[in-house]
Amino acid sequence: MSDAKMLAFETDCHIFEGCGFPTPGLHSFLFEPMFTVGGIEFNKPILLALLSTVVVLGFFWAAFRNPKLIPGKLQMIGEAGYDFVRRGVVYETIGKREGEKYVPLMVSLFFFIWIMNLWAIIPLAQFPVTSVIAFPAGLAALVYILWVSLTFQRHGFVGGWKNITGYDRSLGPVFPMVMFFEFLSNLFIRPFTHAVRLFANMFAGHVLLLIFTIGTWYLLNGIGIAYSAVSFLMVIVMTVFELFIQALQAYVFILLSCSYIQGALAEHH
Amino acid sequence: MISPLVVQLAEEEAQNPLIPEIPELVIGLIAFAIVFFVLGKKLLPNINTVLEQRREAIEGGIEKAEAARTEAQSVLEQYKAQLQEARHEAARLRQEAQEQGATLIAEMRAEGQRQREEIIAAGHAQIEADRKAAAAVLRQDVGKLATDLAGKLVGESLEDHARQSRVIDRFLDELEEKAEAAR
Repeated sequence: MSDAKMLAFETDCHIFEGCGFPTPGLHSFLFEPMFTVGGIEFNKPILLALLSTVVVLGFFWAAFRNPKLIPGKLQMIGEAGYDFVRRGVVYETIGKREGEKYVPLMVSLFFFIWIMNLWAIIPLAQFPVTSVIAFPAGLAALVYILWVSLTFQRHGFVGGWKNITGYDRSLGPVFPMVMFFEFLSNLFIRPFTHAVRLFANMFAGHVLLLIFTIGTWYLLNGIGIAYSAVSFLMVIVMTVFELFIQALQAYVFILLSCSYIQGALAEHH
Repeated sequence: MISPLVVQLAEEEAQNPLIPEIPELVIGLIAFAIVFFVLGKKLLPNINTVLEQRREAIEGGIEKAEAARTEAQSVLEQYKAQLQEARHEAARLRQEAQEQGATLIAEMRAEGQRQREEIIAAGHAQIEADRKAAAAVLRQDVGKLATDLAGKLVGESLEDHARQSRVIDRFLDELEEKAEAAR
């Protein structure tokens, strides 16, 4: 590990000063522990994850603690968010009758993930918690366990396997192959893609933001100032873009969760 | 400067960023569990209750609004009927007042006419009386003047004689009659 892997802010080195561009990379996602409690090392992502809990609960506590028939501003915003997940996602995919049970889970997932993503563009925090695989992986695992147990609970042992493997004799001779791929896809690839989709999006978004932010700083010397301005413009553009992606990825995560649960609850054809 | 720990971490994980760290995994799940528990147990049931109440309130409100609309309709009809009645009444009163006024004017006109005639008649009578009185006085004076004048001409007093004989009266009556005839 050389000094070149440090961030530009830490080197305070600009172009034409004899140092290379301090490219962001995997090392940008590693954090020194800030303090240790009971053998657990608390680093920035962990603290931001806990802070996300505080933010989500703080907002909903303020909005829904003492809800009124005629809502105040905060309650109205909270209701809009709640309604978006409840009717816009859960009712649309699972349906009202079966889906009501999963509304709290999906609301929690959506806002928790969204806030964890949102840290990427919050000054001082500036790091999407979900770009550390452990966080999306844990949540995806939760949904995966729920999905598998629901499948077997609803269809029994044999029916559950039929559901997972997409058992369908009408497909003719290819149906064992279909079953094999469905089995692989549903049981192994699905949880992986569910977690990685969120992780990779936030990871890539953070790298992009870093490249342009570091670039803005690094180019700040001589003629480089002109390029620095362009790089800074890109920082702003990417920040706005990330704002959109953060909400979108949180939405996609719960949309997929709902669609998995819907698949588990659906009658086997 | 980068600490040895970060370097060590970087070397471990640089190979695979897809392997989750256990502490992060556990703490992430705990953080989520807290959110899920508080939202699911307390806050979302709260808001669901209120949303349900609001739905009922809105439905109740619609029913109330319907009732109020019906009532307003009936009140409006009553009001319209009353207004119609009042208009009829007003028209009738106006008609009556006009008729009464007309009779009143006619009566007053007749009364005035009568009073005028009375005044004129009284005036005429007064004039007649005055004229008669004047004529009577004039007659006496004229008779006296005439007899005085005649006595002076004749040289003796004719007064008593004349008075007895009523000559003057007759003469004057004749004059009067002539005047009457000429008129």
